[in-house]
Amino acid sequence: MAEAYDTLIIGAGMSGLAAGIRLAYYDQSVAIVEKHKTIGGLNSFYRAGGRDYDVGLHAVTNFTPKGAKKGPLSRLLRQLRFQWEDFALAQQQQSRIAFPGVHLAFSNDIRLLESEIARCFPHQIDAFSNLRSQVLDYDDLDQASFEISTRKVLGQIFSEPMLIEMLLCPLMWYGNARVHDMDWGQFCIMFRSIFLEGFARPLRGVRLILKHLVKKFRSLGGQLLLRHGVEKIVSENGRAVGVILEDGREIQAKRILSSAGWVETQRMLGNQDEVVGDEAGQLTFIETITTLNCQPSQLGLNDTIVFYNDSDRFHWQPPQHELCDLRTGVVCSPNNYLYDDAQQLPEGVVRITSIANFEKWNGLNEADYRREKLLWYDRSSDSAVRFVPEFRHHAIDTDMFTPKTIKRFTWHDNGAVYGAPQKRLDGRTQLENVFVCGTDQGFVGIVGAIISGISIANQYCLK
Amino acid sequence: MAPEEIREVIIEILGDIAPDEDLGTLDDAIAFREQLELDSMDFLDIVMELRKRYRVQIPEDEYVQLASMNSTVSYLTPKMATIAK
Repeated sequence: MAEAYDTLIIGAGMSGLAAGIRLAYYDQSVAIVEKHKTIGGLNSFYRAGGRDYDVGLHAVTNFTPKGAKKGPLSRLLRQLRFQWEDFALAQQQQSRIAFPGVHLAFSNDIRLLESEIARCFPHQIDAFSNLRSQVLDYDDLDQASFEISTRKVLGQIFSEPMLIEMLLCPLMWYGNARVHDMDWGQFCIMFRSIFLEGFARPLRGVRLILKHLVKKFRSLGGQLLLRHGVEKIVSENGRAVGVILEDGREIQAKRILSSAGWVETQRMLGNQDEVVGDEAGQLTFIETITTLNCQPSQLGLNDTIVFYNDSDRFHWQPPQHELCDLRTGVVCSPNNYLYDDAQQLPEGVVRITSIANFEKWNGLNEADYRREKLLWYDRSSDSAVRFVPEFRHHAIDTDMFTPKTIKRFTWHDNGAVYGAPQKRLDGRTQLENVFVCGTDQGFVGIVGAIISGISIANQYCLK
Repeated sequence: MAPEEIREVIIEILGDIAPDEDLGTLDDAIAFREQLELDSMDFLDIVMELRKRYRVQIPEDEYVQLASMNSTVSYLTPKMATIAK
């Protein structure tokens, strides 16, 4: 007799763990099967060379202060029965959008960005207020209004093209799966989560959040099965009945919640690669992580995050011919948060992210791959130090991931970080008891992913 | 359970769902939604907590009965009459 669960969840990332907590809390038998040897998915952590690293965390977005009753953060804390203090979020100091000759600073107080726009684009401040109210009014979660072109909307609001590019830059960087343009619904979600709410980070990084999630899931009786990849979702008469694991074991379930990604889930459902492969996301990155022998502030780097772009036009697409496109990038220093009691990370850290081409990186042989990593470490740093102080003479250790690394640990097609361009807001698939949650359901970031897991679990597995 | 006890149960559940809300000033005649920052997810939790704690089943099309304290208590009174607190 195979094991049987009320709900089987595929993937132990933020969304899968959150869904698992909800279902286990309300007495369902739940198992999470995770292909990797550890939890976290796209937002995991690791240890290398005696140092703790976050896989990719720059910032937890959607920050709202303790006691706030509105917003995704307070909603997820309530739904998962956590205290605000559990996530130990410290706010950012200040961040910056850096374009040639124009820098816009912003913080978790929207008034800073407003005053910066008034300073650099004085004729656009009313347009910015207009944008802000349109973003606040947006609450349609139907697919049609979600997919309106953001570039078109912004083109009607603003007369200054460079301001449009500058506003798009951080919001696309932190969550846009589409090339060049952005879904209006996604833009509104990102605008709120970054400009109206804000950036924060626990001193201990993403591991603190993940450890709380996994501890709660287990304490409620949830089963977490690591190193359990799903080979296939088995269905009978339009309903899933369970899964076959890669080791041949079968697990039965009344319903399945997959956070593996839309395309990846389709493949488990037996759809051929050629049918679904085109729907996969293209946007993937390299990221260099440099450990310093001093705090970044001692080098004059006080920004939490700098989103830079070296021309008036922001290009959001993977490079066609090169391994990376260095015209734009993100520099994040996890030291530059306002940690409680003046606590601080023991060492300085600078993370630099650049857009990359999955196929090019994936096609390199081992020797070339190692060489190109070194080469692009230097090139992406060269590009970044046009906008932040030089830091490399203080480097004592470096690490780096490429699209190949992302694919190896997350199994997402193309090493795509923000999933497929087409979001599945209702979470449904062709089978009546199989649902998707996580990045491909339409919410990105840590808070977004957790909310996705909660809402899909509520909607289809609890009611 | 008597109506007053049901009211206490609901207050207890609301306290768990929304720990930052001040429930002392709740007006039983006015919709929860107008006094507290409750969204549809929170309403689902009232239903789920009643199921978890007292095995009370509430069909989805009857969730609207839980709009205010008064409507909730009168809706639950027959359902919870034989349940001990």
